[in-house]
Amino acid sequence: MLHTVNKSPFERNSLDACLGLAKAGSAILLIEDGVVGAIKGTTIESKLTETMQSSKIYVLGPDLAARGLSEDKLVDGIQVVDYGGFVDLAAENTAVQSWL
Amino acid sequence: MSEGTIKKFMYVNRKPPYGTVYALESLEVVLIGAAFDQDVSLAFIGDGVYQITKGQSTSDIGMKNFSPTYNALGDYDITKLYVEQESLTERGLSVDDLMDIVYEDEDDDWAEKPSIRVVSRAELADVIAGQDILLNF
Amino acid sequence: MKFGILINEGPYQHQASDSAYLFAKAAIDKGHEVFRVFFYHDGVQNATCLSSPPQDDRNITALWSELAKEHNVDLVVCVAAALRRGILDENEAKRNGKDAHNLADGFRISGLGQLIEAGIQSDRLMVFGD
Repeated sequence: MLHTVNKSPFERNSLDACLGLAKAGSAILLIEDGVVGAIKGTTIESKLTETMQSSKIYVLGPDLAARGLSEDKLVDGIQVVDYGGFVDLAAENTAVQSWL
Repeated sequence: MSEGTIKKFMYVNRKPPYGTVYALESLEVVLIGAAFDQDVSLAFIGDGVYQITKGQSTSDIGMKNFSPTYNALGDYDITKLYVEQESLTERGLSVDDLMDIVYEDEDDDWAEKPSIRVVSRAELADVIAGQDILLNF
Repeated sequence: MKFGILINEGPYQHQASDSAYLFAKAAIDKGHEVFRVFFYHDGVQNATCLSSPPQDDRNITALWSELAKEHNVDLVVCVAAALRRGILDENEAKRNGKDAHNLADGFRISGLGQLIEAGIQSDRLMVFGD
């Protein structure tokens, strides 16, 4: 299943809810304000690293760039996709859950 | 997708009622959607659990109390209301703080049964993973 | 593959409609079909033809109208949510005794059943909101 998260983990609990309820083997895509969670050196980095042992985490490049965050700041293992990649993720997974 | 296909629809509720319109308008979709004979369930996660607390009284805030409508869901064959145990615990709540939402089981001589299923986070993760359509508001 | 899209937020206030639009365009560019976009909650505000953003900003309503025209995308606005928020087509304006209507080209007003149907008919339902 593809899970999208569009909220900053420093403001809302959407990412936490997602990480708690996404099963191993999920794809998690951070979009909109959610992209700020993908940066190295934050208080949630270890949670993401742990999640990536069993699931994949992606971040939407256009939203990252819009917020002045460069790809070299991402937590290791997080993959950048564009909107086409977002569409592919939605198509590849059997269903989509949006953590708003 | 051919005609007559039954999909698993889950309404994921994560926001409290009244502060925003999401809970009410989610319930409106649930009621309309009931006519489509799909496999419907509701999940109450995080602050969503406040949507089904007992004793809601809105007379002093000028808004309609729509919580009694959850009691009618059984009449629409919507009988699976999943509540995440961890969400209750984190909020100092227990199932006793929730409404007694029930349905009559036609396969069991119309016995009255609870619609609310308190499940662990891990159990709920399994239920979510089995859905086809997840509606979030 | 057929996509259905649900938009829960109005334009400009929240990125939801922009994200949904870019997703829809990318899906179409990849040869997928966007079967229906359903506008609910404040999302119905995307459908007002009275929206007049400054010239150097995108006109989100116009973008949706164009997408609908070019790619035959069904843009459906929830009737109950729309009437509450003052989005009316000619018919609803008449029925509700209003002397103006503001539904933009390419949008139509209909019931919540259209959302459920989008879920049933589409291979994937995408939700964009707050």
